Order: sequence, then C-alpha cells, then structure tokens
Amino acid sequence: MLWYIGKRLLQLIPVFFGATFLIYFMVFALPGDPVAALYGDKQPSPQVIAEIRAQFNLDKPFIVQYLIYIGHLFQGNLGTTFSGIPVIDQLKQAFPITFRLSMLALLFEAVAGILVGLISGLRKGKIFDNSALVVSLLLISVPTFVVGFLLQFFLGIKWGLFAVTVSPEAPWGDLVLPAIVLATVSFAYIVRLTRASVSENMSADFVRTATAKGLPRRRVISVHILRNSLVPVVTYLGVDIGSLMVGAIVTEGIFNIQGVGGTVYKAIQLQQGPTVVSFVAVMVIIFMLANLLVDLLYALLDPRIRYAK
Amino acid sequence: MPSSTTPGQLSPDHYVADLEETPLKAVDAVDESEKPRSSARDAWDSMRTRPLFWISGVLIVLVIVIALFPGLFTHVSPQTNSLSNSNAGARSGHPLGFTFQGYDVFSRVIYGTRASLLVGILATVLVTVVGVVIGSLAGYYGGWLDAVVSRIGDIFFSIPTVLGAIVVMSTITDRNPLTVALILALFAWPQIARIMRGSVISATATDYVMASTALGVSRFRILLRHVVPNAIAPVIVVATVSLGTFIVAESTLSFLGIGLPGTTVSWGGDIDNARTTLRTAPLPLFWPAAALSITVLSFLMMGDVVRDALDPKARARR
Repeated sequence: MLWYIGKRLLQLIPVFFGATFLIYFMVFALPGDPVAALYGDKQPSPQVIAEIRAQFNLDKPFIVQYLIYIGHLFQGNLGTTFSGIPVIDQLKQAFPITFRLSMLALLFEAVAGILVGLISGLRKGKIFDNSALVVSLLLISVPTFVVGFLLQFFLGIKWGLFAVTVSPEAPWGDLVLPAIVLATVSFAYIVRLTRASVSENMSADFVRTATAKGLPRRRVISVHILRNSLVPVVTYLGVDIGSLMVGAIVTEGIFNIQGVGGTVYKAIQLQQGPTVVSFVAVMVIIFMLANLLVDLLYALLDPRIRYAK
Repeated sequence: MPSSTTPGQLSPDHYVADLEETPLKAVDAVDESEKPRSSARDAWDSMRTRPLFWISGVLIVLVIVIALFPGLFTHVSPQTNSLSNSNAGARSGHPLGFTFQGYDVFSRVIYGTRASLLVGILATVLVTVVGVVIGSLAGYYGGWLDAVVSRIGDIFFSIPTVLGAIVVMSTITDRNPLTVALILALFAWPQIARIMRGSVISATATDYVMASTALGVSRFRILLRHVVPNAIAPVIVVATVSLGTFIVAESTLSFLGIGLPGTTVSWGGDIDNARTTLRTAPLPLFWPAAALSITVLSFLMMGDVVRDALDPKARARR
C-alpha cells in the first residue's frame, strides 16, 4: 500500500507542473494582454502599463515568470488580488465555507444518489426505476444555474422554506439549499451509475452463491451487492470534485456565499482576471489532490488494484 | 448428499435434446446469398424500434432547423427593443412576452439557438477528431508515442474543462463561438483520446487484425480499415452525450459573463440578463432555460439510445 501511495505521489509531480504551466502559459502567452484585461475598456497610459508589467514580472521571459510563480507558490505566496489583499489570506477566509458547502453537497448526493440508484437497480423496469431514470436525465440536462434560480425562487422567495441568500458566516442551516443545488447534477449521475452497477451485480455469481447459501436478502443486498457496486461510484466522486468546484462558482454566486467560488464569481463579474487565475489555479491543485485521495480510497475498497500495480 | 434424483438422470427443469434431433448440418448452414450484416445496420435496426430515438431525433432535427433558419419561426428581430415593453406579458405576435430591456422573448429564444448549437457542434467535432486521431495513434503504435501522449493527456485531464475555460476566457478579449468551442475542446479532448486508446488496444488484439497482417496488409492500412472502424463505437456514444454537456458549458460561461459577448444572442446570456428581475418577472429566465434544457435532454437521450444500440450486451438485456 505504501508503495502504491508513493508511486501515485510521484506520478502527481509532472502532472502538477504541467497543469500549472499550462494555465500560466494560456493566461500570459496567448494573444490578449493581461494588463489590458486588468483595465477593461479604458486603457491606461504606456508608463502605467510598463510599471505594471515590471511589477508582475511580465517584462521577463515567459519561462522565468513561470518559475518565479512556482517559487512563490511553494512559499505560500499566491499573489495578491485586484484590491491588494494577499490571495492566501482571502483563501483562508473563504475556503472553510466552500469546504463545508461541498461536504454537505457530497453527503446529499452520495446518500440520496446511492439510495435511489440501489432501489432502481433492484427494481429494474418498474415504475420507480423508470421515473428515477427520467428525473435523473432531466436533472443532468438542466444547468446548475437554472436549478439554482428555480429553487431559490420557489423554495426561498415564494414559499419561504429556506434562506434566499446566505449570511457572511454561512451557518449550516443557510447552506442546505445551496448544497442541494450544488448536488443535483452529480446526484443524477450517481443514481444512474449505481443503478447500472447494481443491476449488473444482481446477476453476478457471488450474489447467486450468497443467496444459495441462505443469507437473508437484506444481507445479500447490503454486503454483497451494494459494496461491490460502490467501486465505480467512489471513482466518480473523485472526478466529481472538479465539477463541484465549477458548480461552487455558480452556486455561490447565486446565493451570495462568501466562499472560494463566490470570490471567483465576483472577480469574473468585475473582470479581475488575475484574481480569477490565482484562485482557479488553487482550485485545480485541490482537484488534483482530491483525485489522488480518491485513488487511494479506491485501492482500499478494491484489493485487486493494490496488488496489480 | 441428500438427493431425490438418481445419478445420471437430470432434474425435470433441464432439457437436453438428443444429438440426432438437430443435425449439425442444419445449424451450420449459412445462406451465402444473404449480404453480411454490418454492425451499423444492426444498430440502426435496434434504434428505430425505440420511441426514445424518434422523440430525441425529431427534437434534434427541429433544433438544427431553428438554428439554420431562425427567420422561419419568427418575424420579430431579437436585436430591436422598446423599453415601453419592459417585462410586458404575452400578447398577439409575442407569445412569450418581453424581457426587462423590452426584447421579445420568443424571438430571443429562437435566435439564441444558433450560438449554443454552434458551440456544441464545433467543440464536439474538434474533440472527436483530435481525440480519435491521438487516441488511436497512441493505442495502436504504443511505445514512446503512447507514453508521451498519455502524459500530456493526463495534464489536460487534471484541469476540469469549465474551470480551465474560465481561466482562459477571463483573460482573452476575442470571444466568439469559435474561440469558446476551441477552448472547451482544448480541455476536453483527453477524455475521448483515453476511450479511443483503450478501445483501439482491445481491437488490435483480435484475430481479424492478425489475419490481415498475415495477408500482408500494411500496418497503417489495418489501422484505418479494421481497427478504427471497430473501435469507434464507444467514442460515438460519448461524443453524442458531450454535445449536450458542451452546450451546458457554453451557457455556464455566458451566464458568468465570460462566454459569448453580450452582442451575440445566446441562451446563457439571456438567462444571465433575466436573473436581475427574477423576483418580479421569472418568465424571461424560464423560457431560454427551457429551450436549453430540452436541447441538452434530446442529445442525452440520443446518446442513451445510441449506446444501447451499439452495445450488444445492452441490446440482449433489453
């Protein structure tokens, strides 16, 4: 197991450098001037431009810029936002809120998604299964921001069941509705994934053996079918952290949550390119680490993966 | 072992035919006059019996026609507005009412189809072409080519598509359907490449490839004529579904204000514009959202049908 973790960590290193380089390259080397993006429609004088270029090392060769950026990154210096606040400070403030929101969303989608998927898979072709399939397709095809507005409008404004926007401290109660919104698309995917996996395992030999040796149905379902069906779902949860972060940008924007996503959303609205880049770069790094964690979890769930490689 | 049946005698559930009953000749006989059935033909026969195929097919054709000829469906221009109509309700000639700015909602929805569909199709075509070429070369030739390409793919794969697109789109100034599609494709190609690579590897290890090699067909020709056609099915399924997800991605970018510029009529942009008046007038937000969702839904349903048709296992199960 240790060997496997070490190998995965080593594999992460080139991907990490590649990904940060890629983002850096596309932001600063593609046509389109970051300084111009900084100013929007009204362009500053050439002297100001030159000064900003020097301040952000934009006058140096590209590869030097990147190395300086990586050097700062390892010292915990993620740059400053548009208004001069260090990104790391803002991150310290915003990250716990986004973390709680994502955990709540993950909890919703995992519990509800696996439950609905399990029932669907066990009753394939029945009315519950068919309606779950239709609902999940609908949820996938309606974008998160539309779901967000609809739920905010009906549950928050019209019927007053939930807080319409979230207060700055983001208490758990306020986060329930945004977490449901954030979870919808992934919930639908988990339902479909669990359903397919359960219905496939239903006809597996080990399930027949378990039934044949007289185990109660409850035990066959919970231990034999469910556990084996969870492997692809866990893999999906790893990939899903990426879409949760994109969803967080939209959801936190809609519900005015002061988390990482909300900060990015506001920065995009105010056209603060550099802030967007530094925050999203951090998000990509979190995504990579989360994926690594899920890979390790996956190896824990399925011993075949541990020993095969 | 307690048993009611005597050895050698099968239980009544099992019926085994006498060997003489079905002469081997009858089983083995192949009608040589019948044309060999292609897998595409099989898939088509399976698809056309399903109502879901026809429903999604008709919707997709309708959406394409709307995108190509929006003038056929409305005579109202999506670009002319009158503030006296701000948030006005439906009336004759304007079935869906007006936006806050006084634009005709129905006309905006009809004309917005083109931008969304264009981005979706462009991005899908780009991703499919790049992914198929790279994935099949990597899977077929293997070695250092595979190693290099797979590592590069890992790097792009480690950046979630929309996150990457947000970074790039928030810095570039030239935004149009082509650049949006290009940037979405840039971060999305490794998925198709990975699927194609795996599929090509398993298709390369088959007997008909060995037979072609034995017959002296060149390696590249085998790849083009035998491996790729037999390996492409899973890519077609993913591409159909990803067309829908690209449309969602574009609308998300437009909603954030970094997708298509405000001068381009698009569903995402209209949803973004309508959200300020959500509390007083929710319908200008609802209609473009509905059009977007129906379009995406029809591509997703089509993807489901195509997958079932191309996967013999799923076909047998149904």
